[in-house]
Amino acid sequence: MKAFSYERASDPAEAARAVASSPRAKFIAGGTNLLDLMKLQIETPTHLIDVSRIDFGGIEEKDGGLRIGAQVPNSTLAADRRVRERYTVLAQALLAGASGQLRNKATTGGNLLQRTRCYYFYDTSKPCNKRKPGSGCSAIGGFNRMHAILGASDECIATHPSDMAVAMVALDATVATVKSDGSPRTIPIAELHRLPGETPHVETTLEPGELITHVDLPPPAEGPQSYRKVRDRASYAFALMSVAIAGDAVAMGGVAHKPWRAAKLEKARKDGASTDEAINAELASAKGYGSNDFKIPLVKRVLKAALAARS
Amino acid sequence: MSDIPRRTFLKGTIAVPAVGMTGILATVADAQVADKSATHRQVKLKLNGKDHSFDLDLRTTLLDAAREHASLTGSKKGCDHGQCGACTMLVNGRRINSCLTLAVMHEGDDIQTIEGLGAPENLHPMQAAFVEHDGFQCGYCTSGQICSAVGMLDEAKQGWPSHVTENVATERISLSDAEIRERMSGNICRCGAYSNIVAAIKDAGGLA
Repeated sequence: MKAFSYERASDPAEAARAVASSPRAKFIAGGTNLLDLMKLQIETPTHLIDVSRIDFGGIEEKDGGLRIGAQVPNSTLAADRRVRERYTVLAQALLAGASGQLRNKATTGGNLLQRTRCYYFYDTSKPCNKRKPGSGCSAIGGFNRMHAILGASDECIATHPSDMAVAMVALDATVATVKSDGSPRTIPIAELHRLPGETPHVETTLEPGELITHVDLPPPAEGPQSYRKVRDRASYAFALMSVAIAGDAVAMGGVAHKPWRAAKLEKARKDGASTDEAINAELASAKGYGSNDFKIPLVKRVLKAALAARS
Repeated sequence: MSDIPRRTFLKGTIAVPAVGMTGILATVADAQVADKSATHRQVKLKLNGKDHSFDLDLRTTLLDAAREHASLTGSKKGCDHGQCGACTMLVNGRRINSCLTLAVMHEGDDIQTIEGLGAPENLHPMQAAFVEHDGFQCGYCTSGQICSAVGMLDEAKQGWPSHVTENVATERISLSDAEIRERMSGNICRCGAYSNIVAAIKDAGGLA
């Protein structure tokens, strides 16, 4: 790990200003992803702003929905009775992610901002456009079993590993932030993460220093909710693919550089298409890269099973 | 020799080369943060109810602070990346991977390691159950397994559901073998003592 200096922030705007004023500063909260990457010298911040002690509030009722403080641990959120009863898909997604120890440490804001990554991102002996822009993508033409089938580019085919974020996308959550000038902003969660395009090292639409303060869940839509995750091990493994359903909304994990809202599928179903037609519409642009070709039929089958179970 | 703890012995034998190394490392240190006052800090930690203060490089993880500075070597370093669970400690009653968190971020927290759970002459019920059920072979993962199991039983007692809980909104959690295995998936045992670990946890949790 490279040496760094450290400060503990007590105010969100002050923390945002501090990170914006130093290009190599980073926020740290739970630290479960950042420290992992710092140990491998993939992340090399020279200054850390500890936002874990800022009181953003816990989980509160707001406008018929819930307002979740950015520092609320994943385990606390999954255990909250209101989440378990009204946002079942979110509780299920959180519990499908990581391990008990990591869920106790990982925060709501940090889960959203964990790096979109693949094993070549971790392997500093190999080119990676995300780690070193312009160096190339080792996953294309390499081992790519875990990789994206939707929305990828010639620069990067990594997937966003969060389960929580997939459920939040299906729930139409909103991310509240404070910018470095102290002004607040709200971002629909589907617009928080970016597709790789030509700049896979830029993973979110946040500005430098912009700090997530809350996630707002609107009142849950009518209809059943569910989260299904397919992975290589029964527990503590990233998704090969996952699907979150909340009413008519469908989102997928493990298939793209960001949590993937199945907008084409939703529209086709609304327009009266059969389930098969709607699924095929969503997957029309899907592309495999060799080892992950199996994901295309897998996604179709899991979507069909998940949609059949809800109706 | 038998009275000298292995750690103290090792420290003594490597002292001379270690001093030599320090000089080399200092010259190649990242110039941007060469100022030691910016990268080191006096850190106050409460470990097993006892207050400590250590002069730490800010990079020091909670695990390394306990092992290298407080001589609490019960918590083990397996993968050092949060994958194996050998470093599990209880912080404010919750189990975490102590290798994936900075010591400086835990000032004021109540930190419990395996040494704080029980002692050889006064074992914690979970420790006694692991002995009774032979819940280990080499023992390297055991302190992490035990701390994790203690935290896990408390989570279940508070009614936290898991990935294998049929209905996450259920009022009552029943710790089946499948529930215990799912909830303990952050602790890996390369000797494969899992079935006895499950038996020990059920016993200590009054579920047997």
